[in-house]
Amino acid sequence: MALVSVKDLHKSFGELEVLKGIDLEIEAGEVVSIIGRSGSGKSTLLRCLNQLERHDWGTIVLADQRLDGTAMSPGELSRNVGMVFQSFNLFPHKTVVENVMLAPVVVKQTPRDEARRIAESVLAKVGMSEKVDAYPAQLSGGQQQRVAIARALAMNPKVLLCDEVTSALDPELVGEVLRVLEDLASEGMTLILVTHEMKFARDVSDRVVFMHQGRIHESGDPQTLFSQPRTPELSQFIASVL
Amino acid sequence: MTLDFSTLLPYTDQILHGLMTTLWLTAVTTMAGIALAIVVAYLRDGASKGRPTLVSRLLGGYVEVIRNTPFIVQLFFLFFGLPALGIPISATVAALLAMILNLGAYTAEILRAGIDSTQRGQHEAARALGLSRLQSFRHVVLVPAFSRVYPSLISQCIIVMLGSAVVSQISVFDLTYAANFIQSRNFRGFEVYLVVTLIYLLLAVGLRLAFEFVGRRLFAFRQGGSA
Repeated sequence: MALVSVKDLHKSFGELEVLKGIDLEIEAGEVVSIIGRSGSGKSTLLRCLNQLERHDWGTIVLADQRLDGTAMSPGELSRNVGMVFQSFNLFPHKTVVENVMLAPVVVKQTPRDEARRIAESVLAKVGMSEKVDAYPAQLSGGQQQRVAIARALAMNPKVLLCDEVTSALDPELVGEVLRVLEDLASEGMTLILVTHEMKFARDVSDRVVFMHQGRIHESGDPQTLFSQPRTPELSQFIASVL
Repeated sequence: MTLDFSTLLPYTDQILHGLMTTLWLTAVTTMAGIALAIVVAYLRDGASKGRPTLVSRLLGGYVEVIRNTPFIVQLFFLFFGLPALGIPISATVAALLAMILNLGAYTAEILRAGIDSTQRGQHEAARALGLSRLQSFRHVVLVPAFSRVYPSLISQCIIVMLGSAVVSQISVFDLTYAANFIQSRNFRGFEVYLVVTLIYLLLAVGLRLAFEFVGRRLFAFRQGGSA
């Protein structure tokens, strides 16, 4: 049984149909990159997976539980799915370690000292142990994004969703964030990434999904997909980004 | 005319008494008014995302009534109106209640501006981490919202402190009441009001400095710099 199973997923914003029937199965430990032009629905798909957007039709099954708005509470959902955003979205009034501790303490009711230990260990994993007491405003973009990854990991999710996590970074800071994701991938974390980093998608993913006009247009293992695209849309896309 | 401040000396106790009353009225009002404003802002904020509920309409009505009527009328309404409805109320309680309701309404509106300017990503990050709406409001939204509107909040609290002079009209023994009392005995209006004016000025400046001191600690995260 797949960890994430999406069937016939539809989502519209008003008149505009953004997702026109998505079927996708993702196994535990798999790293899946979703690529495509802006407006192709990749971020919306990702946001449906943790219900930041409610889908209109279709089913999402996550770890044997259906996500249908009411079936899983936000608290439960957050134990299964973590999310990292393009714009980091750290809480500015909390220090690095407080950012990471917040959800375990408030949502999971983890005792503070235990939450602190968890926070320190995930911060060590992303290489941010030196900055536990800094405020987000005192960090570089790359550091903020690594803290955001640690914050998501502190809930011990089964899947980590990454929505263009390097797009807001200065080019020289992209590497440090991708390295953290690579480490997570090699540890067996299930990652679903919407990304414009084609090299990363090719080198680290187990599978690449190309979205076009609200549908999965082509998908497969990265080597084949990038070297032998089957559809003209994908070849055009690859030509335009490489 | 000659100024003779020694005529005030026999009334030092009254001035101190009035000053203490003004101080504690302001202190209690500031704390209770801000607490009230947080509750009102939260309940109204929830409604703004869906259709307005009865609670949010009532709170909206409360905020509008307070902001569009004179404070002295609000005070008289409580002090003379409630007993007429069979609810006995002392002058001090009426004064305190009027001040809290007044500050609560203005601050709720100030705070709402701060809450509305919260970036969408903050709400989304909180939701993705599994925080409920109340948890998100309390742990994520509230402090940055306060920090953005803090200067307006300081001014509003000072306005209420100065506005508390009005409670002398229902014979609450505040600083203004003390002044009226003294000048009706010694007929040295100029000296009395000069002194009382200076005291109010010092109170206002002191209150602002105290608020700024607290703000620097509370909102240290805004100062940035290296860790």
